[in-house]
Amino acid sequence: MSVDRRTRIGLRVLALGYLAVLLLVPVGLVFYRTFEKGIGFVWDSITTPAAIHALFLTLEVAAITVPLNAAFGMLAALALVRGRFPGKRLLDALIDLPFAISPIVVGLALLLVFGRTGWLGPTLADAGIQIVFSVPGIVIATVFVSLPFVAREVAPVLKEIGEEQEQAAATLGANAWQTFWRITLPAVRWGLAYGVVLSTARAIGEFGAVSVVSGKIAGQTETLTLLVEKRFQNFDLAGAYAASALLALIALGTLLAMSLIGARRSES
Amino acid sequence: MISVESVSKRFGDFTALDDISIEAPDGKLTALLGPSGSGKSTLLRVIAGLEVPDAGTVVVSGRDATNLPPQKRGIGFVFQHYAAFKHMTLRDNVAFGLKIRKKGKPEIESKVDELLHLVGLEGFADRYPAQLSGGQRQRMALARALAVEPSVLLLDEPFGALDANVRAELRAWLRRMHEQVPVTTVLVTHDQEEAMELADRIVLLKDGRIAQVGAPRELYDQPADSFVMSFLGRVSKLDGRLVRPHDVTLSDRPEDGWEEAMVQRVVHLGFEVRVEVVRGDGEEVTAQLTRAEAEALEPHAGSIVWLRPPASGVSA
Repeated sequence: MSVDRRTRIGLRVLALGYLAVLLLVPVGLVFYRTFEKGIGFVWDSITTPAAIHALFLTLEVAAITVPLNAAFGMLAALALVRGRFPGKRLLDALIDLPFAISPIVVGLALLLVFGRTGWLGPTLADAGIQIVFSVPGIVIATVFVSLPFVAREVAPVLKEIGEEQEQAAATLGANAWQTFWRITLPAVRWGLAYGVVLSTARAIGEFGAVSVVSGKIAGQTETLTLLVEKRFQNFDLAGAYAASALLALIALGTLLAMSLIGARRSES
Repeated sequence: MISVESVSKRFGDFTALDDISIEAPDGKLTALLGPSGSGKSTLLRVIAGLEVPDAGTVVVSGRDATNLPPQKRGIGFVFQHYAAFKHMTLRDNVAFGLKIRKKGKPEIESKVDELLHLVGLEGFADRYPAQLSGGQRQRMALARALAVEPSVLLLDEPFGALDANVRAELRAWLRRMHEQVPVTTVLVTHDQEEAMELADRIVLLKDGRIAQVGAPRELYDQPADSFVMSFLGRVSKLDGRLVRPHDVTLSDRPEDGWEEAMVQRVVHLGFEVRVEVVRGDGEEVTAQLTRAEAEALEPHAGSIVWLRPPASGVSA
């Protein structure tokens, strides 16, 4: 297709302008506002006990969620691409459910199951297990909303590499376990890594579902996103910006990892 | 030896294999030949254990292998599209089966070196499959299959994805290799020339059934029916029979019992010359002459020749 020079430049300006207004300016302003009052203020507001706890809780939740999602996503992708079983199309549709449902609905649904008066809640409470308003609830909510990423990234790669390498491994004597670790996993590693990064970004940034099930108890069940919201609600704008900047920094790190993986993936 | 007895395999409504029994003798190269959809690849995959037959048994080296998974059959399998392990170097690809068998490092090293020498890829050990040509990848795949010292070697259209030149070269190379290392081999191909050149025995398949089994010359010289005849080489139709064009003789003067015909087209194919003639009753016949014969006859479009129908041939 040949587009004349003027149109081409026009389109570029339009696309970049759109991105700038919607993405770069807001994120840039967050950083600008954060450091407006000086680095000392920022440091103080992200090192309060509540903020430190929120940061570590966020990382803890991600550290539990992401491996769970990686394992499930890998299994689901294998089942979807390699498996032959009844209900495969149903599984295919169900995996996307977390993308389709609003996180706040997910939170409410989890309350209905694990809440004090919920379906499983009382039984678990009798056994001394508290899900809602504690860390397990936050983990479950986060697992739910970031469930599809790994499966959706790995499945197309699995489909593309085909079954022949695995069959070749089998004829050479490798059992299913050996074939998985030595052939399948290395072949899909960049897809898996990409899914893990997306999953991590989502786990760290999740707000809606977590805000419902966590109970937002400062120093106990308050994640970074919840801290930002609380400070914002309390007119502590500078504090909210500082916590936001911390979140944005983590996100930028994730983005960097993502583009590095993307580059490696297109090489191989 | 491999023996397959009364094997059937269906995919939905499609019958891929219909009560097939074959044998592949020890140390020989058996070709499964046939058009696409004839079931030849399915049969090979059943022997390998990559497909499970609906009925019948597979015996490999005297052991009933029907219910054994591929890894327990003692086979080496080579795929049409190489199935190279892309994330491993050539050396690691070839060593794969030996590492799975937990062989010692020195043993693996020397075995891999020996195989790389056998397939002529000594200088490429540290390259990745993406850095090799198709022919090199397929030789790597052969080395990888041979590394585990399989009792039978199964080749699924191994040269099908390669250029004509590379294909001819690898074919000659495979024949030499099979003379050096006479492992029982089954080769799937749709190329009759490849089967004729490489195989000790040909099993010709059609629609999931066996059309004919025998030595290449047997199939060529005594075809069981018109399908076998036309699959194994060029044919021409004459008086309701199929004949080989090289059995049709032409002369520039009338002889007893010969028929008059007119030359329509002359095609020079280098070492041979194809002459298309039309007979008095309008039937078109192709004769294949050697260069010397053609030079003596000097056929050209419109010239009158006399034709002797061959005695051999099968009814069409």
